Amino acid sequence: MAAGATYTPIATTTLGSNQTSYTFSSIPSTYTDLVLVVTGKLTTSAYDTALRFNGDTGSNYSRMVLTSDGSTVGAGRSNSTNIMYIDANGVKDTTFNSNDIINIMNYANTTTYKTVLSRSNNAATGVDVNVGMWRDTSAITSITILAMSSGTWATGSNFTLYGIAAA
Amino acid sequence: MANTFELITSTTVGAGGSSSIDFTSIASTYTDLLIKLSTRQTGSAVGYQFGIRFNGSSSGYSRILLYGDGVAVNAGGGSAETFARIAFTQSSTYTANTFNNVELYIPNYAGSAYKSFSTDGVSEGNATQIYSAGIYAGLWSNTAAITSISISEYSGSGTNFAQYTTAYLYGVKNA
Repeated sequence: MAAGATYTPIATTTLGSNQTSYTFSSIPSTYTDLVLVVTGKLTTSAYDTALRFNGDTGSNYSRMVLTSDGSTVGAGRSNSTNIMYIDANGVKDTTFNSNDIINIMNYANTTTYKTVLSRSNNAATGVDVNVGMWRDTSAITSITILAMSSGTWATGSNFTLYGIAAA
Repeated sequence: MANTFELITSTTVGAGGSSSIDFTSIASTYTDLLIKLSTRQTGSAVGYQFGIRFNGSSSGYSRILLYGDGVAVNAGGGSAETFARIAFTQSSTYTANTFNNVELYIPNYAGSAYKSFSTDGVSEGNATQIYSAGIYAGLWSNTAAITSISISEYSGSGTNFAQYTTAYLYGVKNA
């Protein structure tokens, strides 16, 4: 069935070497929403995934998370951070056994702050649903994917950015 | 422009019901798979759960979940299981005509790493039975490309998917 060009891969990369972050840049404003799929692993330990938009290092990010580690549930939030946390228990580790599916709504508008709805999954450590906010009205033109606590993305980690067009 | 989000196949359960939904001969030409389910079971138990098997394998599944039943929020999980349990589903005890909804996303299903996946499931019915909204992190500890997916009720209770159950399998390409 032809779905039309409404779910379009903007860019994808598989890391050929270890690196501390990866940035999608020059994201066009021609879509309505973005979907970022992360299937990555880290070199040494388990850390959260985090995002940064347009290179903004100000304390302009917040998030709320609902999470489970398999035995207990939890909720939490982070205010006025300089990155947007994505994970809590569904962290990245030294295997490819986890994933993040991140929806960024209305990313190109220039009148509202930007909201993110994401799911993080690691069947060994936990599962998260996360809502994030970037308090900036700029259109998102770049996304940097970080691993917290100076974690390093390992070779073979894959990041794919899709554009969703409303029409 | 290339079509990168494609319906691979779909099924709608007929009047006789069906014990399983099977997707076979899944091509490796996509990057990720997405399954959308709208289901109900013919049996009467409360708390039926889906069981999924990849490539007919009955080993290597693990999960962690978080779910709410309208009263409390709960956590759970399992490892070394024989099915991938991904969501709760309605039974004949539940309000008539109510079907649950589930999305299952499987990144890199044709790669050589173990297969991690993400599930969101909801089940509601405007009644007092245990309905549920849940999210699951799942893993199949197997490096084989996924070429078939079988969905059934995991406990082997003999219940069937009810008429009008639907299942859609989509392929997503990253280039």
